[in-house]
Amino acid sequence: MPMPFSEALKTKEFVVTAEVGPPKGVDIEEMLHHIDLLKDKVDALNVTDNQSSVMRIGCLPVCKLVKEAGGEPILQMTCRDRNRLALQSELLGAYILGIRNVLALTGDYVTVGDHIEAKPVFDLDSVLLLRMIRGLEQGKDFAGNDLKGAPKFCAGAIVTPEADPIEPQLMKFEKKIKAGAEFIQTQAIYDLDNFKKFMSYARQFDVKILAGIVLLASAGMARFMNANVPGIFVPQGLIDELLSAPKGKALDKGVEIAGRMIKQLREEKICDGVHVMAIGREQMVPQILSAAGI
Amino acid sequence: MIVGERKPFAEIKSFVDGCQKILVLGCGTCVAVCMAGGEKEVQLLASQLRIAFKKDGKDVQVDEATIQRQCDREYFDTVKERLKDYDVVVSMACGAGVQFAAELFPIITVVPALNTTFIGVTEKEGVWSERCRACANCLLAETGGVCPITICPKGLVNGPCGGTNHGKCEVSKEKDCAWTLIYRRLEAQGRLDSIRAIHPAKNYKAQTTPATVMHAAYQEEEG
Repeated sequence: MPMPFSEALKTKEFVVTAEVGPPKGVDIEEMLHHIDLLKDKVDALNVTDNQSSVMRIGCLPVCKLVKEAGGEPILQMTCRDRNRLALQSELLGAYILGIRNVLALTGDYVTVGDHIEAKPVFDLDSVLLLRMIRGLEQGKDFAGNDLKGAPKFCAGAIVTPEADPIEPQLMKFEKKIKAGAEFIQTQAIYDLDNFKKFMSYARQFDVKILAGIVLLASAGMARFMNANVPGIFVPQGLIDELLSAPKGKALDKGVEIAGRMIKQLREEKICDGVHVMAIGREQMVPQILSAAGI
Repeated sequence: MIVGERKPFAEIKSFVDGCQKILVLGCGTCVAVCMAGGEKEVQLLASQLRIAFKKDGKDVQVDEATIQRQCDREYFDTVKERLKDYDVVVSMACGAGVQFAAELFPIITVVPALNTTFIGVTEKEGVWSERCRACANCLLAETGGVCPITICPKGLVNGPCGGTNHGKCEVSKEKDCAWTLIYRRLEAQGRLDSIRAIHPAKNYKAQTTPATVMHAAYQEEEG
């Protein structure tokens, strides 16, 4: 039995989470392989929820598979595809299946994904989803009706420390903590000086912060993210480092960079852990962690 | 005002193919202002239909009329008698006007010539943009006069999502992030406190359709 994630957050100096992306279709062999590879190397595995608004297997059954494989799942839950009834029934369903961790997300808009004519729901937002979770724990549904048996979750949310402008983002971050977030996973960070500034602000709150680490596979990927992904800033120094790698070795350099960053975050006690996103290269996560000395 | 756009000609023509007597009925208020369904647009559509039917070698009568508003019963008085002569009325009003015409003249086929797009404002000549979703629960006092239900595609009430970037929206780099606009305006007015508390969930009960509003002064009379 893995340590419950809520325990890991309380007792471990540095927690590590990673991600499992359910596939589009019922061939889950590769995903099961990733789960098997990662389950004992990390404190918990996030299971993404129709990530980037692209239709895939639902996150709840995959969380159950992580659990059955002996891992500790974190159910990512967006407000894009479910109204308040569906969110609550899925949360209660998750609980009875033994899933205890939830990451509350608003969710990407439908038009960024592969079903661009779908009806976007967004009945609630990430803040209200957290409040809903805490309400269920009090034995009440979102409409104030009594539950027959209340669940208990370890609930988290996200923040983008490099958002521009940052102030509206921080206002929402504070609402998430007020609504009951116990842990916060950040969007990918690459500039540790900027991140330290964010942490000196975030430390005033009683919440665990896990820095987001996205594996850089090439200089092109870094430039693409700088130009297109909101709240991601890869400094030129890291891009130059990726360019300096011998042909075909950029990914190894990316693993080295990610490992080095995690090591520094851990050794300097900058934050409480990391959330590693290898985006389709989950098999590289063990290498990243070993490069970090974990 | 209500803003609409004319449907593609081929679609409109498909609604009236096979008819002998067609009336193109314009609406002289909102959709006239946004140059989609007023008198001029009636003339244009009627002419296009005549030319198209002539090309098809068909002898079809296409007439024109425009009333002040298709969402008020009294304005139909001027065309009431004429309408009965037609196989089909092509209404160039918004969806409300089309439905009202169909409801007032249930034996006549009424078809729409527009797609009704939104409640909006005139940005500049020929450009209109959306400002209101008619959510029946106006938040503009607390959000600095910027509507997060309308301007934010997700209709978020507690701040921006993670997709906002340099003040623009995740959905389109051309569109402003509603929550950046709200934050900046309230900051300039020294009123940021009005958005710091957690806003409760939206009340969709207020949007249960079809809605009816009765002015207080008329309630007793009706009741």
